[in-house]
Amino acid sequence: MVNPDIQGKRYPRTPSYLVGREKVREFAKAVMAAKECLDLDFARANGHADLVIPPTFPVVIQEQSLAIVLSDPEAQIDFSRVVHGEQKFIYQRPIIAGDELTSELTVSSVKSLGGNHMVTFDTEIFDLENKLVCTAISTLVVRGG
Amino acid sequence: MPEYSKLAIGEIIAKQSFPLTRDSLVRYAGASGDFNTIHYRDDIAKSVGLPGVLAHGMLTMGLAVQPVVSWLGDSGQVLDYGVRFTKPVVVPANGKAVLLVVAKVAVLEEETQRARLDLIVSFEESTVLGKAQVWVQL
Repeated sequence: MVNPDIQGKRYPRTPSYLVGREKVREFAKAVMAAKECLDLDFARANGHADLVIPPTFPVVIQEQSLAIVLSDPEAQIDFSRVVHGEQKFIYQRPIIAGDELTSELTVSSVKSLGGNHMVTFDTEIFDLENKLVCTAISTLVVRGG
Repeated sequence: MPEYSKLAIGEIIAKQSFPLTRDSLVRYAGASGDFNTIHYRDDIAKSVGLPGVLAHGMLTMGLAVQPVVSWLGDSGQVLDYGVRFTKPVVVPANGKAVLLVVAKVAVLEEETQRARLDLIVSFEESTVLGKAQVWVQL
């Protein structure tokens, strides 16, 4: 079950997350990226100051915002009943190692569907200059019962 | 780097298979920080009614876009990437689950020189991601 009143609720900004070069490499290996993705010279030849993150890396930052919601007693989300339904990342610019990021999550919708709840979270990710760099949109299905 | 003008709708730009083992899941758990036990404990996966240990949906999503990244030569050209998780991928304790990814050109946007690539991600002949779409800047 999910409290439908959290629709529209905006949660506080997360503490800053420093994107580490070795973390990017570790994540890239875990998602079976090609060797070039771990190569600093290759990234620089493409005009980037450092390694570019794999496209799904912002899930790590989204997770920090999601943890705030899951621990919010008002939201009443039972994590053991949660299944990942949909995920999307929209980039304003590439995120690279060395970026320091914070995120802010808004509950964009809470829907009820055949005994289950579907909750959509929009997590906006900002750089140190407070510019939006990426929006991570996640829909979780909370099974009823 | 691929050239926009040479692309055609329906063209397959990349095809790659990814064998997943339990090691892959443990590695992804560590890298992503997702230590949900259904991704490495058979007993817990069974106790919550799952057919077995499942790959993280985000691992499937993460690797499915890699053939596109390799084709582009730069993950910085990915503008937008979204998927629906439609079917779980069961990974056996011994052996492997092989995912097949096929990336096709679906939409070409002349004005912006952007393309939408659709990913077909299958496991044992059925697709495991729905609406897996990547917008890229060429």
